[in-house]
Amino acid sequence: MNFQLTKEQEFVRKMVREFATNEVEPLAADIDQEHRFPVETVEKMANYGLLGIPFPTQYGGAGGDHISYAITVEELSRVCASTGVICSAHTSLCCWPIFNWGNEEQKMKYLPDLLSGKKLGAFGLTEPNAGTDASGQQTRAELVDGKWILNGAKVFITNGGYADVFVVMAMTDKSKGNHGISAFIVEKGDEGFSIGKTEDKMGICASSTTELIFQNCVIPEDRLLGAVGDGFKVAMSTLDGGRIGIASQALGIAQGAFDVTVEYMNARKQFGKKLSQFQALQFEMADLKTRIEASRLLVYRAADMKDKHMNYSEAAAMAKLYAAETAMAVTTKCVQYHGGYGYTKDYPVERMMRDAKITEIYEGTSEVQRMVIAGKTFKK
Amino acid sequence: MAFKIIVCAKQVPDTNVIKINPKTGTLIRDGVPSILNHDDNNALEEALKIKDKYDDVTVTVISMGPPQATDLLFECIAKGADEGILVSDRAVGGSDTWATSNTLEAAIKKWEKENGPADLIFAGRQAIDGDTAQVGPQIAEKLDLPQVTYVEEFEIADNLKDITVKRQLEDGYELIGIKTPCMLTAIKELNEPRYMNMKGIFGEKDIKIWNAKDIEVDLTKVGLEASPTNVFRSFTPAPKAPGQKVVGDTENEQAKNLMIQLKGKHII
Repeated sequence: MNFQLTKEQEFVRKMVREFATNEVEPLAADIDQEHRFPVETVEKMANYGLLGIPFPTQYGGAGGDHISYAITVEELSRVCASTGVICSAHTSLCCWPIFNWGNEEQKMKYLPDLLSGKKLGAFGLTEPNAGTDASGQQTRAELVDGKWILNGAKVFITNGGYADVFVVMAMTDKSKGNHGISAFIVEKGDEGFSIGKTEDKMGICASSTTELIFQNCVIPEDRLLGAVGDGFKVAMSTLDGGRIGIASQALGIAQGAFDVTVEYMNARKQFGKKLSQFQALQFEMADLKTRIEASRLLVYRAADMKDKHMNYSEAAAMAKLYAAETAMAVTTKCVQYHGGYGYTKDYPVERMMRDAKITEIYEGTSEVQRMVIAGKTFKK
Repeated sequence: MAFKIIVCAKQVPDTNVIKINPKTGTLIRDGVPSILNHDDNNALEEALKIKDKYDDVTVTVISMGPPQATDLLFECIAKGADEGILVSDRAVGGSDTWATSNTLEAAIKKWEKENGPADLIFAGRQAIDGDTAQVGPQIAEKLDLPQVTYVEEFEIADNLKDITVKRQLEDGYELIGIKTPCMLTAIKELNEPRYMNMKGIFGEKDIKIWNAKDIEVDLTKVGLEASPTNVFRSFTPAPKAPGQKVVGDTENEQAKNLMIQLKGKHII
């Protein structure tokens, strides 16, 4: 057992911390208020290789590992959770399933542009009537004359409005249930494919969350990802990895809120004393710090297990469950310790508390994470 | 033939964090992170910009320091440098600027013996821990290279021979033409240094550590004993008293008010 980061991982943190402080943090409040997707930041992340970290160099990746990827999402989210999820959804939900499930032609066709950040990725599973119960897919795909024809709609798709490549699930044989779902690669501009409504959200307001609409969308036969009927497996394995990304985002939000609150408590005086001198508050902060550190260990462990090709789905569920609930608890307390100021948009904790909530919902709600953990515990 | 650039860089304590023990006058280094010296970062950036623009350019970073200074070379390579060399030896510890430049001169000469003469040597103007601005110029003198210090703008012609630099002065600047090979020292106005990139962080690192024997340096000219200068005392300069602002609605009025004050103090 080794709790030390490698030299590379330490430098990843140093690099992303500097990048986030100079390039991401100054924009965070504005893009949140304007609900503006930060295209300029995405371009900078691409230039510095932040959009292809845990993939081999032969496909244009950085040749890094999943702990480094987790650290990257954590550090971005520490100052801006919207920027963190752009990196996470792209990496975990689009690049990874193509890397893991794609054939060599698909990998060579899509990965170099995705991993260099020239193109941005997204993932389409959720539907209006198939959220937590992902097996209720209503989007259909039919093979007609050597082409796939997709019909249906997806909702709540992260990066939707700005992505170029989408990994999309659709039912190819309804009679087979989960085994009747298949995965496809859809490109922006494909015939019959369009972006619908953009959601107006409580938090992560600078991330683009949209509907995807398929109206007789025609794509070539070779866009099938994996075999026919593999879709559910593609989706579930992708979400296992995605949970590490969202857990990292939650961890970053919690750490960011904690850090600005420590700073605030060292400056703010009431009753002639700094807030940091009240023992009741000190103890609360000590508890929050301990929870954050426990989340970090769970997140990095899940990432490490993924790198070692171990079965990490339970570890990822635990990491995401605990980190998300920690993010919510920490940001709620941090707003409290800022008092009235914390409730205003003049201080970042207000945004961080709104951002934290989504981590308990997407990439599997906290209830789903408990289902995964309980399922592993009581399996027959 | 490759265009060969050497960048001299130093690992320094982050002065934003560092404090001085008021009793002993020495730096409290415990828990203070080490960073790449700011001006050296600008020097590296300018070298990397040449490498970005032209084919067949190599950038070698040379540093002197304790073994953990390899972290600095890691960072420089992660930004795009080709190789890093650390001269690390107890024999060179405690060197002042003269002894340091003797060491770096020897290291550069060894490197040139193996790789051919360097076309351009960059250094930062000064290190934030010593603030001497002497090592760069001393290296240039010892290597018998023309030098320009305080470079705030840099341009190299496509022949990779003719360089035009803008040299910052206290009250203006000089435009200077200089030919390679030469030595330049950079200031922060020169450029905006890049971050490390992920491919650089995870890529192969060519980092060598040389000791005093490797660089064949005269041991009577390096280290604490051989240093003609030593630190007498370190202190945090007292902050300057706030200046006085001369106000007035018009320039005329401002000048008048200034005159009144100067005359009132019998300065004029």
